[in-house]
Amino acid sequence: MRLALLTDIHANREAFEAVLADLSQRQIDQLVFLGDIVGYGPDPGWCVDQLEALVAKGALALRGNHDRAVTTPDNVLNSNARRVIDWTVNRLNARQKLFLSELPLTIADGDTLFTHASANDPADWLYITTESTARPSFLVCDARLIFCGHTHRAALYSCDLAGRVGQINLAAGQTMPLLHSRRWLGVIGSVGQPRDGSTLASYAILDRDLNELSFRRVAYDATTTARKSREAGLPEALAQRLMKGI
Amino acid sequence: MAIRPHPGLEIDGFTLHQQLHKGGFATIWEVTHALYRTPMVMKVPTILDGYDGPTIVGFEVEQMIMPRLSGVHVPRVMGQGDFAVMPYIVTERIPGTSMYSYFKRAPRPVAEVIELAARMAEALHDIHRQQVIHLDLKPDNFLQRPSGEMVLIDYGLSRHDQLPDLLAEEFTIPMGTFPYIAPEQYLRQRGDLRSDLYALGAMIYELATGKMPFGQPEKLSQVKQRLWRDPLPPRAIRADIPEWLQEIILRALEVDPAKRYQSAAQMIFDLTNPMQIRLTARGHKLQRDPSLAVFKRWRTMRNLRAFAAPPSVAAQIERAPILLVAVDLSPEMEPLCQAIYLQIKRMLVNRPDARVACVNVIKTARLGIDQATDAAGNNLHVARLVALKTWAEGIDLTEDRLTYSILENTDPAAAIIDHAEANRVDHILMGARGHSTTRRFLGSVSAKVVAEAACSVTVIRLPAKPVDTDPNRIS
Repeated sequence: MRLALLTDIHANREAFEAVLADLSQRQIDQLVFLGDIVGYGPDPGWCVDQLEALVAKGALALRGNHDRAVTTPDNVLNSNARRVIDWTVNRLNARQKLFLSELPLTIADGDTLFTHASANDPADWLYITTESTARPSFLVCDARLIFCGHTHRAALYSCDLAGRVGQINLAAGQTMPLLHSRRWLGVIGSVGQPRDGSTLASYAILDRDLNELSFRRVAYDATTTARKSREAGLPEALAQRLMKGI
Repeated sequence: MAIRPHPGLEIDGFTLHQQLHKGGFATIWEVTHALYRTPMVMKVPTILDGYDGPTIVGFEVEQMIMPRLSGVHVPRVMGQGDFAVMPYIVTERIPGTSMYSYFKRAPRPVAEVIELAARMAEALHDIHRQQVIHLDLKPDNFLQRPSGEMVLIDYGLSRHDQLPDLLAEEFTIPMGTFPYIAPEQYLRQRGDLRSDLYALGAMIYELATGKMPFGQPEKLSQVKQRLWRDPLPPRAIRADIPEWLQEIILRALEVDPAKRYQSAAQMIFDLTNPMQIRLTARGHKLQRDPSLAVFKRWRTMRNLRAFAAPPSVAAQIERAPILLVAVDLSPEMEPLCQAIYLQIKRMLVNRPDARVACVNVIKTARLGIDQATDAAGNNLHVARLVALKTWAEGIDLTEDRLTYSILENTDPAAAIIDHAEANRVDHILMGARGHSTTRRFLGSVSAKVVAEAACSVTVIRLPAKPVDTDPNRIS
């Protein structure tokens, strides 16, 4: 059983399509979306419809903070994010909004927990960026594997038998066996708004049979997305961000 | 660890029988399984009560790396156990004992030393090709199959190009076995395949002389001395060691990785073609370096933080390939030879550590008299060798990285393919003659080499001369 883990698509149709095209060439049994299908990007309607169709075919999907902000006002979002949410609200129909509001915050699948931001407080949208911010997620649940998104930067943490949490430097394209002697927390990089210095769309493949995780990067036409973003009147900083991967 | 191993224990279908070995970090058990008929062994780490980080991480590394390796030089993995119950790795059992028993009887006869060294280097090259650096080579970790091939075991300190290095994050002191550990491993560098060549050099030294090049240090400060102090030359211990063998050993034991063999394949090349080795001061010396030279080295080396290391195992193998150049030296082929010459010079710009094996084939008659001696009494073989060396003059490589061979075969293509395979050649460079009807029906040498060689082949062809068209000709 091979799972593709996608997160933070952020209404970026070109990146979403590029990742789906890449996945169609690989043997993938299930898609898992870790939230934030909308926000920041210029194609929210198309992305939500696409996600809804995939969920109807068996994909799992979670709600992220931007998805929630469409129906529930969120004062924590930064100003650019809030501007785009206000714009997005008027571009989604009632059915699409209902779909987003019904998505769950976490999904437990056997020994695996999927969440958008963190396991310790899924609704508080914490950022897991260090070993100390990763530790609480290991403490609150007994899942062997935890996967989340939200930070837009791929990272991998492990928690050994003694409870020590350490970050493992896993480069894109490398494969990490998720050793049974440890528990693992994978932070998946963003499909639609990468922030680690590379403009390539990011996702991960989890191979259940081989018990391995790999981070992958896919090239997409960011120039088109940036142009659409400007044409829609979205903040210039967001278009710049796509072109620089920051 | 919930269960401890004992005879009669059944786990995941494996039944434990007698304990075969008890080491510092693990026990080895004879096991059977209803589904496997091959003899098997189980390795179980000995984890101390409480938290035993180094042993656990070492075993995790072994569990990650071993299933990724394949081939005759690695034991086949049959099963792995979870730390929650009992961690273990089950592999096929290699009959016979480790090289340790040979080493106890060192010094060994020179012929045996060379054979064992070549076989150990062959196993090493195999795991390097699979992107793994062993980093803990010692006699105990080489087993020999009844068919002769060496098997490398114990990957607890190893490094895989495509996997994160769990050990680098875990340890703050150098890891490895002190008598064999390379200077850069002392400096905690874990990414250089040439560290394994150093350890192999130390082992060949021991096998040939009966002594370890740096004794048996017990403290790290003693290990550090090999950064400036050279070992006693093997020929000073045992006079019947040939100079070329000393050359091989001391080259592998060079302090700076850049001065050693650049790949295990290059070392095998010298071990199997000793007559092609060009001797340097290394091969001739009979004493350790004078104190002043050692003092000068001490002054520079004692503060050294790191040696220049290659970016990855694959990159190092790529920059240090063995190239085979086949040339036809007959007069009408001169322009083609010139083109091949220019091409090889271009290839060497990108691969500064390459070795070049120049080859010329004498085509022998399928039946009939031997052609090796021509009417004038000149030995054809020698004449060709001289011509080949003349052709290669100006290829900008030190002599020891440029070798010449004259092959004889009824089938020149087969001769080139066999020579490439025997010497682990990475890339063949050769010329193709122009098109002709005969060749279209009989096939060309280059076409056969391209089709059948196991490595990359580059074929050089000169542009065809423009054909004069006769304006009066009626077509």
